[in-house]
Amino acid sequence: MNLLNVSGSPHVHSDESTKKIMWRVNLALAPMLIVAVAFFGLNALLISAVSVASCLLFQWLIEKFIMKTESTICDGSAVVTGLLLAFNVPATREMIWLVIIAALVAIGIGKMSFGGLGKNPFNPALVGRVFMLISFPVQMTTWPKPGENLFSMVSVPTTDATTGATPLGLIKEEGIGAAGDIWQYFIGNMGGSLGEVSALAILIGAVYLLCRKVITWHIPVSFIGTAFVFSGILWLCDKTAFLDPVTTILTGGIMLGACFMATDMVTSPMTKAGQLVFGFGCGLLTIIIRNWGNYPEGVSFAILLMNSVTPLLNRWFKPKRFAV
Amino acid sequence: MSGIWSAVLVLSITGAVFAVVLYIVAQKFKVVEDPLIDEINEVLPGANCGGCGKAGCRAMAEAFVKQGNMDGLKCPAGGDEVAKKVAALLGCTPAETLPQVAVVRCNGTCTNAPVKTKYDGLEDCAFANSLYSGESGCAFGCLGLGNCAKACQFDALTVDKETGLPVVDEEKCVACGACVKACPRGIIELRNKGPKNRRVFVACRNKEKGGDARKSCSAACIGCGKCAKTCPFGAITVENNLAYIDFNVCKSCRKCVAECPTGAIHDVNFPPRVEKPVEQPAPQATNAEAQGTQA
Amino acid sequence: MKTFAMGGVHPEENKISTNAVIEEFPLPKTAVILMTQHLGAPATPCVAKGDTVKVGQLIGKAEAFMCANVHSPFSGTVAKIDICKDAFGLAKPAVYINVDENDVWEESIDRTPDIVRQCDLDPKQIVDKLKEMGIVGLGGATFPTHIKYNIAPDKKAEYLIINAVECEPYLTSDHRVMMEHAEEICIGVSILRKCLGVPNAYIGIENNKPEPIAVMKKMAANFEGIIVEPLKVKYPQGAEKQLINAITGRCVPSGKLPIDVGCVVSNVGTAYAVYEAIQKNKPLIENILTVTGKKIQSQHNYHVRFGTTYSDIIAHALGELPETTGKVISGGPMMGKAVSNLDAPTTKGASSVLVIDADEAVRATESNCIRCGKCMNACPMGLEPYLFSALVRNRRIEEAGAHNILDCIECGCCFFSCPANKPLLDEIRLGKNLYRGILMAKKK
Repeated sequence: MNLLNVSGSPHVHSDESTKKIMWRVNLALAPMLIVAVAFFGLNALLISAVSVASCLLFQWLIEKFIMKTESTICDGSAVVTGLLLAFNVPATREMIWLVIIAALVAIGIGKMSFGGLGKNPFNPALVGRVFMLISFPVQMTTWPKPGENLFSMVSVPTTDATTGATPLGLIKEEGIGAAGDIWQYFIGNMGGSLGEVSALAILIGAVYLLCRKVITWHIPVSFIGTAFVFSGILWLCDKTAFLDPVTTILTGGIMLGACFMATDMVTSPMTKAGQLVFGFGCGLLTIIIRNWGNYPEGVSFAILLMNSVTPLLNRWFKPKRFAV
Repeated sequence: MSGIWSAVLVLSITGAVFAVVLYIVAQKFKVVEDPLIDEINEVLPGANCGGCGKAGCRAMAEAFVKQGNMDGLKCPAGGDEVAKKVAALLGCTPAETLPQVAVVRCNGTCTNAPVKTKYDGLEDCAFANSLYSGESGCAFGCLGLGNCAKACQFDALTVDKETGLPVVDEEKCVACGACVKACPRGIIELRNKGPKNRRVFVACRNKEKGGDARKSCSAACIGCGKCAKTCPFGAITVENNLAYIDFNVCKSCRKCVAECPTGAIHDVNFPPRVEKPVEQPAPQATNAEAQGTQA
Repeated sequence: MKTFAMGGVHPEENKISTNAVIEEFPLPKTAVILMTQHLGAPATPCVAKGDTVKVGQLIGKAEAFMCANVHSPFSGTVAKIDICKDAFGLAKPAVYINVDENDVWEESIDRTPDIVRQCDLDPKQIVDKLKEMGIVGLGGATFPTHIKYNIAPDKKAEYLIINAVECEPYLTSDHRVMMEHAEEICIGVSILRKCLGVPNAYIGIENNKPEPIAVMKKMAANFEGIIVEPLKVKYPQGAEKQLINAITGRCVPSGKLPIDVGCVVSNVGTAYAVYEAIQKNKPLIENILTVTGKKIQSQHNYHVRFGTTYSDIIAHALGELPETTGKVISGGPMMGKAVSNLDAPTTKGASSVLVIDADEAVRATESNCIRCGKCMNACPMGLEPYLFSALVRNRRIEEAGAHNILDCIECGCCFFSCPANKPLLDEIRLGKNLYRGILMAKKK
């Protein structure tokens, strides 16, 4: 007979594991990948594959040769980072190799330099994306036109037939008259990063995560809600200068950011109250950056800024104690 | 040109304002401290091991200065060398102490005390101790989860994977006592290093009756008292079925080692025994006596 | 349906021994009666080597305040008075008995199957008799019952709550005792109600036990002031503070006792023991013990006399442990203790022998905390287990104390729900011990 095991109670465990959570997120990201491939073709698939593979490789190398710990690449977190990174870049041919640099920054600087999964203060995929946005501004803002064989509702001002622009970029350049049809924005037929275009696909993924209790509604609702209300107020003040709230939340990265990037467990607050404040901050900063900042899009910066106050939010918003 | 001048002017003014502010703040929050504290702090090892009982080396330096002499204050990590330096700074005579070393009083190796259960919890001796008797069933023996090793600031303690017991590196051990405090079962003791680093001690803490103790460990002290009867110097006492050798009285003659039926008494750093144990060689005995009287 | 306000988890129920009728466990050849079968100081042995004892004879006298009498569960001769290693390998004072097969009982004990319904004792007499009979709480904590029911003059009880929740997976002893001894339980509850002078007693039962609910409801209808309260299934409903919260909506504040909010909670098994002690003069010498496990052949509920060893129980119930056994637990899988010494005797607190298979018994490797907050959401006390884990590992014990580490009821919901498999409860227990040490040192 085996030796009897001895440990403190409890002696049973729920079947939850980090691995399961991460693979559920990956599954939830699948609809976005499908939409991206449908709109941007094979480039989208290649970028995603290269991004995931390089994230896994860098994590393995760092763990094996620098940290000298057991490899954790099977836990699926590097795959999540890889996919989210790919979803945050334009589907151009150049990106297929540029994304390797992004992966190195995301995994190397964004995650492993802090000690690996769970210890990073910032969302690694966003660290990678912002690094690319600042280092390769041209490549990161050259957008392919979605759906060459689908009809495009975005009026394209450039003569270049293969490159388009994001609706937000156009609006920044030409004023709000350039905004297009909301329904097309909803299904994702617009210029933009790989994964952010289709609100529909994002919602499908988000509903799955909500059902599996990987995320709670607090961050997405307060993020999108704040963005909607704040941009709505601005729009009501001056309908010629500001974009209407519905277009605001459907274009750019708000949906992807709110459902998949801001909800990252590691970098968001743990209590419900903290999460609501976190989402509020993200929404507010996004709209401020969009309207008064240099960049047409502000979701990445907003989330990273709020990531930096997460430890404070965790300290301020404590769970309600029993009988207090 | 006016651009440059305005820039120079603005920077100069801000510089001056900051300088004034800094000066005022520095004056307001000035802490007057005896410079001797800094000097003594420099001399101390700086490991903040807590072996002196103070919060750290700085606190110890403050205590030295406050007291003005070294009575009752001792830096175990620094030893006599540091004591001399501190004494020079304070202008007093250092107290002579015998060098000590941490000694692990358990011999429950995997062969002596085979495991009967498998521990599968937090890697922490204090927790395992609160949970149950331990893998071998001995409620007094080493749990081998390494709280002592974690507590050691000098890297002098490691848990040997083969035996499951901690091993003290005599070169590195400064006898700060951090491991003694960390061990929930009081297995580690600071003992005099002894002449030529030679020591005799009982490597067991089991207070159970002989039979019960033997059930969990073949090398346990069974409290038979043979050692106490053999000892010509009365250094050994047996209490609660457990022998203890007083290191201040022990002359390292090793008669008890030969007498112990379970091998619970350990001698370290002695030359290998000759076939027939002879009486202790004369020069060593005097050496031991000299050390003994000093203590 | 009622349940407690915050936190909680839903472990797999695994109540596989529900239908096993309570059997009498045969007498062992020798038995060891520990003097510490309760919370508090050990009882003092009052027999000597060679003495003949009868079943129910006092062998350990409670001398300290926090202590309970110990009676002999067997007849026979006292072999020796010595220490004995308990189920966790720790030495405890004990009386060894060579068991006499004839099983001679004390004459004062009523062994007839008749149910005695009338009780004329006043509250003080009831408490005194509980003390004499060595009754302790059978929910697991083994708190001496006579201390609990001796209400301080400045406190007033308003609710008597009977804990028949049995929220621990696997355990079925409360289920069985309700099915088979409903009337005795109701009489016991009435006695306790009278003792406290409260109008109503509430019996809390989780609604995954429809049969006991029906049986108890039917029986309670014949008694005055006994209300059966079905509760929504959620672990740890059987924890005292959570049960009070579920039934009365009141919250016992940090560091206070149930009586401070006018509540007294007793286990349903205790109510049965109270009936036997008061009405039948039978001291607490046996308990209902579940022998269960997913991989074992037969499931049992036994009347086991304390002092029978775990190995005796296993030998009789299962022959021998299955090859693949990984762990033997005394109590439920959430709060029970892993047994390391099977030759140890059972005690008043033991409610089950649970055999866990090796593949379930080994903990998964822990990984980094991903700050998912599941531990926090599962905590029924609204604490932050992840924070305690980090603080205790870095020995920042006073900070953990400032975050109310002592409020932890050790239910294990945090570790149960942790996806990173961090031994959160181990760390919290360690932190609590160290913090108590600090507080003691400060007092001095």
